[in-house]
Amino acid sequence: MLTASLLAALAWLAIGLAGLIPAGNSALARRVLFPLGAAVGLVLAAVGAQAAWLPPATMVLPLGLPDLPFHLRIDPLAGFFLLLLGGVGAGISVYGHGYWRSETAGRLGLICLQYHVFLAAMAFVILADDAYLFMVAWETMALASYFLVTTDHRVPAIRSAGFLYLLIAHIGAIAILLCFGVLHGGHGDYSFAALRAAELTPFWANVAFVLAFIGFGAKAGMIPLHAWLPEAHPAAPSPVSALMSGVMIKTAIYGMVRVIYDLIGAVRWEWGVVVLLIGAGTTLFGVLFALMQHDLKRLLAYHSVENIGIILLGLGMSMVFFGFGHPAAGALGLIAALYHTLNHAVFKGLLFLGAGSILHSTGLRDLNHMGGLARTMPATAFHFLVGALAISALPPLNGFVSEWLTFQTALQAPLLENGIVRSLLPLFAATLALAGALTAMCFVKVYGVAFLGQPRGKAEISHDAGLSERLGLAWLSAGCLVLGLFPAAMLHMLNQVGASLTGHGLSADALESNWLWLVPTQPAQASYSPLIFLVVVLVVVLVTIRLVRFFYHGRVRRADPWDCGFPEQTSRMQDTADAFGQPIGLVFGPLYQMKRHLPAPEDGAPKYSIKVEDRHWGWVYLPVARLAEFVSEKVGLLQRGRISIYLLYSFLTLIALLVFVR
Amino acid sequence: MNVALQLLQSLLVVLAAPLVLGWVNICRAWLQNRSAPSVWLPYYTLAKLFHKDAVIANTTSPIFRITPYVLFGCMALAAGIVPVLATDLPFAPAADIIALVGLFATARVFAALAAMDTGTSFGGLGARREMMVGFLAEPAILMTLFTAAFISGSTQLTTIVETLAHREFAIYPSLAFAGVAFLMVLLAENARVPVDNPTTHLELTMLHEAQILEYSARHLALVEWATAIKLVAYMTIGFALFVPWGIAEGGDWHALPLALAALAVKLAAAGAGLALIETLLAKMRIFMVTEFLSTAFLLAVLGMLIHFLVRA
Repeated sequence: MLTASLLAALAWLAIGLAGLIPAGNSALARRVLFPLGAAVGLVLAAVGAQAAWLPPATMVLPLGLPDLPFHLRIDPLAGFFLLLLGGVGAGISVYGHGYWRSETAGRLGLICLQYHVFLAAMAFVILADDAYLFMVAWETMALASYFLVTTDHRVPAIRSAGFLYLLIAHIGAIAILLCFGVLHGGHGDYSFAALRAAELTPFWANVAFVLAFIGFGAKAGMIPLHAWLPEAHPAAPSPVSALMSGVMIKTAIYGMVRVIYDLIGAVRWEWGVVVLLIGAGTTLFGVLFALMQHDLKRLLAYHSVENIGIILLGLGMSMVFFGFGHPAAGALGLIAALYHTLNHAVFKGLLFLGAGSILHSTGLRDLNHMGGLARTMPATAFHFLVGALAISALPPLNGFVSEWLTFQTALQAPLLENGIVRSLLPLFAATLALAGALTAMCFVKVYGVAFLGQPRGKAEISHDAGLSERLGLAWLSAGCLVLGLFPAAMLHMLNQVGASLTGHGLSADALESNWLWLVPTQPAQASYSPLIFLVVVLVVVLVTIRLVRFFYHGRVRRADPWDCGFPEQTSRMQDTADAFGQPIGLVFGPLYQMKRHLPAPEDGAPKYSIKVEDRHWGWVYLPVARLAEFVSEKVGLLQRGRISIYLLYSFLTLIALLVFVR
Repeated sequence: MNVALQLLQSLLVVLAAPLVLGWVNICRAWLQNRSAPSVWLPYYTLAKLFHKDAVIANTTSPIFRITPYVLFGCMALAAGIVPVLATDLPFAPAADIIALVGLFATARVFAALAAMDTGTSFGGLGARREMMVGFLAEPAILMTLFTAAFISGSTQLTTIVETLAHREFAIYPSLAFAGVAFLMVLLAENARVPVDNPTTHLELTMLHEAQILEYSARHLALVEWATAIKLVAYMTIGFALFVPWGIAEGGDWHALPLALAALAVKLAAAGAGLALIETLLAKMRIFMVTEFLSTAFLLAVLGMLIHFLVRA
């Protein structure tokens, strides 16, 4: 298994390098390499799915520095994330084959290299079994994605988005590096096996947790380190946005689970409370800002922030239960978090690809100019609807299953001994419910404004997505359906992952249930069967249609919509994205930094404009930036530019060293 | 045997739902000193609508035509899941209370999408307002249901009913708070006064009605029918949580007549109560709904905390 996954990752590297072979047109890179990359993704997914059931396997590569060879390891957790990477990556690669059809050969060759290096780096992050290889892969992943984000580097906004991304990625990387340093405890062996074996005092364990949480949280996009996400994800080409939002930020979840559950080992409940608080804040922040957006890709990026929050809620609950010594409930929380990780990868990938198809055929990202796309792009509209229903956590699709499992974890609260945590846990569940309902509102807005109603001007020239674009979309929306309708198989697999990681799985009752039923604890406590759910609704729908036709008739007349006696209605009188979000702006007004310009009654050409800004800029980023500027100014005083002064510095340093080192 | 019971209950709820609506209308007419319409009036209206030719706006996509059936299907499933007559229902394990809330959310999203689909300003307005009420009501209803779930240690409605029906008869403070919260959410979710006015003809004040402005004939009939089922489903969830007595436990056919009588009494009382609320209160401004439903949410949370504190 490990050899196969290593070969798959190397195959991605080779495909990337092959992209640099000069060709007269973009045929080679596009026609051959991207489908080949998709095939490798499928292989990797199959390998990962198998590895989730097998005991861990390790390997040492004779590469790297003389005393620091690369260690590789595949265990159920790594297998699960390889499944995610390969499965979602395959859909995105197939889509990319169609999406980049109008690129020039030179640019496409470069994109092909960066794209496949990005994929391979993510595979190595998951396979790495020592801190050294992990950091090398982690940084390669950050750099490859940075270059992909800045594909259109001639646009200044995209350059600055890329810079912000690189900056926060490195703040995170420094924290992760320090975390490995703390875990390692000073014995010179950086393999994960050694880190796992090291005994930490409670203080250093806390330090390691905080560093890991900050480091991986920066990559995942949790508040207050999320600022890069809504800038960088929309700036990238759509398949890359899908890859970043769908897969890359999940490697941060992988890192978090790996370090906290595996390397540190003894999970404390206080950490869970911290994760829950940050997770709840991230969830609400993400969805509330998404509701105020009218740029489709920015909106989706904010939803990635929200979904990371939901994953953190599951993880936090799991940590609380493990910390208090209730491993069955803890395992359930971990399963919920990992399930949501996979679900989010699938539906967010799907939605970003759908946004890419809209961008491709209409050139639009602004929802307020779209409208009525369901008529000109029926295939895209269908797949986007699946994604929108899935992300809104509506049964029987996949988003609902993982949120249901998270709710079930929260409902285990009576097990806890600590009264405050016990009554807090259902409140986090309420946060999740609020976020779910707000997400539904947001996607009614997106779908209603973009795909339904009447076209608003420019969107009329659209055509539907091409064949391979459709194939990529269909692959991911099939994923939404399968993960939603057959959750029991996934539950068993994730139970295996959790058991291999923590030594504890779900209760025996939960695992006895067959494929039709999802039972987290006991059948009498809770169960859910999406297939029966769907079949009953479908049967009722079909029977109703038949009965209505049989007893009455199916006659239909077409007419203009009711105009309330005012015949001069235009398509501009429909609700726009801003109008749809307006009640949210009123209800949650103080949370936003809103700059609104309202036209006066006597304005000849009235214009309404609204600008919503993130308060974190003023609270966190600007003070830090000012501090950095201030410090560098002061340090600048040392730089006199005269050789004699620098010689003096060297002399003083030598003296100081002689005094201290002796 | 049990499947027969399941089908009987689902059919009963689906077929009797317009009757409950007719009863509410009669009670309201009596309270307002009007001469009451026939209790069968909702059925005549449905039959009339089914006979008419459907008019469909030419701006719409297939979503608009499929939505009435989806709404009807979702509500029929809800009618099968909530224990109304008996607790031994084969469908019930397929969806617990969380999935039930999800089911109502699915129906709401489809209704809102269909409203946006017409491309008119009222459609969008209705969809926006309905979703706003929805996101405020959903956490409140979940907290209410969670209180009951914590008391009975289960999220299955059938188990909850069985546990609650066997408790000592007393006033439980946690359930009292949850009950008030549930009532407020019921009014909001079913578009009743004071959140919405189901009899309004003024477009600007509409919530639910603005969404279905474009529907006609059989589509409108199905939407109205689904609305009636939803009201009954909500009422019966309320009975299951707060007055579970009288329901036939297990698949006991002999207890059915008693269960049926108990259900009729409860529905009649609930309908009369609803008419009373609608007569005494006026519709509130749309942004007062925020406060109304956040009060409901706080009450539900309070109920849950009280349960954790006093274990009652």
